[in-house]
This record gives sequence, structure tokens and C-alpha cells, in this order.
Amino acid sequence: MKSSVATWMHKRPKLRLAALLAAPTLWLVVAYLGALGALLVTAFFTIDSFTGNVVAKFNLGNFHDMLTDPAYRNVVLRTLGIAISVTIICAVFAIPMAFFMAKIANPRSQRILVALVLTPLWASYLVKIYAWRTMLEPNTGVVDWILGPIGIHSPGFGGPAIIIGLSYLWLPYMILPIYAGLERLPNSLLDASGDLGARNFYTFRRVILPLIFPSLVAGSMFTFSLTLGDYITAQIIGGKLQMLGNVVYQNFSINLPFAATIATIPVAIMAIYLWLVRRTGALASL
Amino acid sequence: MRKKRLFSQIAAASAVAIILAACSSSSNSTTTTLPKVDALKSLGAGEGQVNIVAWAGYVENGSNDPKVNWVSDFEKATGCKVNVKIGSTSDDMVALMKTGEYDVVSASGDASLRLIYGGDVAPVNTSLVPNYADIFSDLKDQQWNSVNGVAYGIPHGRGANLLAYRTDIVNPAPTSWGAVFDTNSPYKGKITAYDSPIYIADAALYLMKTQPDLGIKYPYALDQKQFDAAVALLKVQKPLIGEYWSDYLKHVASLKSGGTVLGTTWQVNINLAQSEGVKVEGIKPVEGSTGWSDTWMISNKAKHPNCGYMWMDHIVSPKANAAVAEWFGEAPSNAKACDITSDKKFCASYHAADQAYWKDVYYWNTATQACLDGRKDVKCVPYSEWVKAWSSLRNA
Repeated sequence: MKSSVATWMHKRPKLRLAALLAAPTLWLVVAYLGALGALLVTAFFTIDSFTGNVVAKFNLGNFHDMLTDPAYRNVVLRTLGIAISVTIICAVFAIPMAFFMAKIANPRSQRILVALVLTPLWASYLVKIYAWRTMLEPNTGVVDWILGPIGIHSPGFGGPAIIIGLSYLWLPYMILPIYAGLERLPNSLLDASGDLGARNFYTFRRVILPLIFPSLVAGSMFTFSLTLGDYITAQIIGGKLQMLGNVVYQNFSINLPFAATIATIPVAIMAIYLWLVRRTGALASL
Repeated sequence: MRKKRLFSQIAAASAVAIILAACSSSSNSTTTTLPKVDALKSLGAGEGQVNIVAWAGYVENGSNDPKVNWVSDFEKATGCKVNVKIGSTSDDMVALMKTGEYDVVSASGDASLRLIYGGDVAPVNTSLVPNYADIFSDLKDQQWNSVNGVAYGIPHGRGANLLAYRTDIVNPAPTSWGAVFDTNSPYKGKITAYDSPIYIADAALYLMKTQPDLGIKYPYALDQKQFDAAVALLKVQKPLIGEYWSDYLKHVASLKSGGTVLGTTWQVNINLAQSEGVKVEGIKPVEGSTGWSDTWMISNKAKHPNCGYMWMDHIVSPKANAAVAEWFGEAPSNAKACDITSDKKFCASYHAADQAYWKDVYYWNTATQACLDGRKDVKCVPYSEWVKAWSSLRNA
């Protein structure tokens, strides 16, 4: 019986393919694209001003509110600024770390280092951010306690705290792709560059950087998009500062259509970002 | 070819989404007429569990403090397991009740009417709640818990939003809300405010007492000029604020660490902080205060209505009502609760039966275009505009 089904399937490759891909395709289309579609549609609805129920009547009021109120322009710029800073900081920390892991460390410590980079991912996101909250607490926190005597003080809760917290959280997502990229880079290229008289920095700029650029882009897509959508970090260590995610969070319970309107912004930003990345050709060589 | 297929898939998906969205929201859309919903006729056997949306401190099962527990007895007696979801703000609670996954909610006055007119809650058959008889009469049949004489809930208790200050840091002790609006405050950056559009009413209350020419009579009935003045005051206040709070645990932690030394709070937060040894006090300032009068309501779509009714009866029973009131720090609603509080002076100190005390406490209410203070010549700013103004203020 079993074998007859197998034979029957064997003769029909298209059916086989359909059976294999049905579940993931359904998931992708219904759960993922469907949710995005619902989001886009909801953005054009409005609410009953008293009960807060969604009224399915097409209008552009939400987009008008969003574009005319300078508060939302500020929050978009602020979120972009944070996302760019986090990405740059992660890259600056990740490149030397990944280079050491891939090129200098011996195979045994290489494995240990990879494990160490991954361990923070085991701990809960919330635990890590609350830890940063106690560390950054002005006057009583660990940062002030250790660095206070040499004149460095905690930035307190706000933009800098968010950038520190998110850079810490997303660093492994930057290290791992760069590490993978560097591992594929033949050592002979570095030797050749040295033999031809290039100094270290020149080798880095002209040989390493162009070759790991696709990995950098891959890492930046993680750090950039994760930062764009984050709201919990801002809630816990952001003080009174809000990011795009917070605006969505703040509005979704009261005014769902407006929250949907705001949520289209990060989608648009990511679309533009991916389009730019595509133009550089980095996606093709990943 | 492949791209074309992908495109048609996306197109199909969004078409499905549009239909789904249209269906789900058209069934929700309402006008401001009262939806017709029937109350439960008779009580049956419990369903084994009940899902509750409540303010922090209203449903305690001993996990915060082993001595504070009025859930286990109820679970034993009725066989209804209690699942609680804490709502941080009234807006949260309204959103949670709209999901239809919860049976019972402790709604404040700025949520109750929205829930009633949104068709999210059902009228309550008070004859199925025996303890309803003992509730203070001035809490029954109020505009936030009933419509046309039909009760939509069981009054729970009332209290005032207080001004918290760290007694070891803030000197002299504040007496006025002016302390949180003072641009020269020495506590700049360590002041807090409640993170909800309803906080605009706190600014309005301060203006009502300090700038009589604005003519504010009731903090939830603001015409455009009065509303703009209140929002302008909050903009002036913003540089003073260190953090806005809605998560009460984070707020208590902040009071403890000294990150917050002054600002709006609830009595329960003061109690929690004091129990952790923090030197903090809460006062009702000279201007009076905003406050709440909460109501237990039952969802229109309750999956466990019998357990829901049993819970509503249990939570206003003298014993449970006294326990909640003492833990949360509010005036109980059940007159008999006053006889069995562990502190015999409790009801007196919380003015449970003292109607004069509540004269300058303005219970949270939902602002509507028709002014709630009875003015007919102007239009008032409805709550949806409060939400927009608050969102804009917080993100500027």
C-alpha cells in the first residue's frame, strides 16, 4: 500500500513538488503576506471616535495626520538615527572580533569563541534589557559606580541608553555573518597583499572590506531592521524617548488604523533599504 | 514568469486580506446608539475557569505577598480557576475586552462607557449578585456604570490619584500639583507622570484651580481653548519628566532607585514601595485630584459567564472587598467590608462613606463632543482627540 502510493507519487513530479511546498507556501502567503496586506488595508480605515471600534470606511485621514504632525517626522528621523548608529557600532565591534575568530584564533578556541558569541542569545531579551536598566541607573548603577571615579557618568535613560542596549543585543547578529564571510576569504589573498607592499590598513580597506561587504550587508539587515521595529528597549531604558515601535504600541489599543498607518513607515524604509542593497549587488554574492 | 506568479500570489493574498479585514471590521462597526444586549437570566454551574482583565492589585493569589490572597478561596469554593491579565491603562483594557477572550473586567469610568456603547459588555443581572445589596448607594446607578437605570456592572471601590514624593529627598513636602509643573523645580528629570491620554485631565484640573479665567468646570469637559491650554501645560512639563509610567512595577522600581522622586501615583504603588523600605508618601494635593471609581463588568462574549458572575459576587463580598481595598489602598464599595478590615480605622481614613471627601475627586470619565459639564454653546474635545494630542506630545 505504502509503496504503491510512493510509486504513484513518483510518476507525478509536479504533484510531489506541490505536496512538499504546500505547507510552507500556505504559511508564507496567508500568515505573512496576509498579515501585511491586512495591515495596509487597515491603515485606510478609521475609528468611531467614542467607542474606538474600527470603521471600515476608506479614507486618507490617518496618512494626513501622520504627514502633517511634525511629531511623527521627528520620531521617524530619531528611529532612523538610532538604527544607523546601532548598525555602525555593531559593525565597528564585530569586524575585529570576527577577524580574530576567523583568522587568528586556533581551531579549538575558534569553536569556543563562536559558542561564546552565541551564548547571550540564550538569555531572554527582557532579562538583558532590565540588566542594562540597573547598570545604567544614574548615581546608583554599576556604570556610575565603576566609571564615576574616572569622570565618566552614565548617560541616564534616553537615546544613548537605547543605542547602547540595542548594540549589545544585536551584536551577535553582526558578528556571525562577518565571521562566515571572513572564513571563506583565503589567507593567501592577505599574504599576497602584504607581499606586494600593502600595509595592514591598506589591505583591510582594499582587500578585506570589499570581500566581506556582502556579509556586512547581511549583518546590517539584521541590526537595522531589528532596531527599526523595537519598542521594548525604548520602553525600559529609553526614559521618555519614543521610537516608531512605541508609537505603534501606544496607538494600537486605542486607534488601530492609525497604528497600522505608522507601521507602514518601517515597511517602506526596509523596502528602500533592500532596494539600495540590491543595487550594490551584495545580495547576489551572499 | 516566476516574478509574474509571485505577483499574482501577492495580489491574491492581499485580496483575501481585504475581504477578511472587511468582514471582521464590518461586524464591529457601531454607532453611538446603545447596542441591545441581554443580561444573564439565571446562574448555572461554573465552567471551570474565568479570564479576568484587572488593574494591578485587584486579583491577588498570594504570588506578590503570601498573606495577600483572595483568589484561592474562590477557586476552592467554586471550582473556577482564575486567569488574570493586568491592564496598565484603561485603553489597554478596552482593547483586551474587544478581543472577546476575557470574561470579566474591572473598568474605570473612562473605559466603562466605551465598553457599553461598543457592545463589548453586557448588562448585569444584579439579582444574581447577592452582595450587590450591601454596596454604598452613592456608587450605584452612576453615569459611568449604568445607562437608563440598567446596571452594567458592580461597583468595586474608589480612590484618588495621588502625588507621590520621596520623603528623604523632596523637601519641603509638596502640597500642590504645582510641584510637578514647576519649570524651576530642583527635581527636574526626576518627575514622573502617568503615561495615558487621561493624564491631560490632571493638567486641566490644575488649570481649573489656578487659572479661573479659562472657565474649566470639569476636567473631562474641555472646549478647544481649554484643551489647548492643558496640552500647552503638559508641553511645558515635558522637560521636567524623567520617565512617564504605565507599568506599575517599573514605576515602583524607579521610586525605589531614586530615578523618580516626585509625581502622580496610586496608593498601591506607595504601599508596594513602602513595603520594600522606600521612604515615600502619597498625598491628595490642595487642588483635589483625578481618581477612579471602578466597576466589574462582564463581557458580552463571555465564554465563562457563570464563573464570571461568581467572581463578581465574590470580589465585592465583604471579606474580599475589604482585602482588596486594604491592599490597593482605596475605599471599599461594600458597606459591610468596613466592619472586617484588619485596620479598624481603615474606612474612616479612606473616607469610604464620607461623601464630602469625594467632592474634589474627579473620577476618570470619557470625554465626548457633547460637553459633560452641561454646556450647550460649545463643542468639547472628544477622547479620540485626547489620544492624538497625547501621542503627538509624547513623540515630539
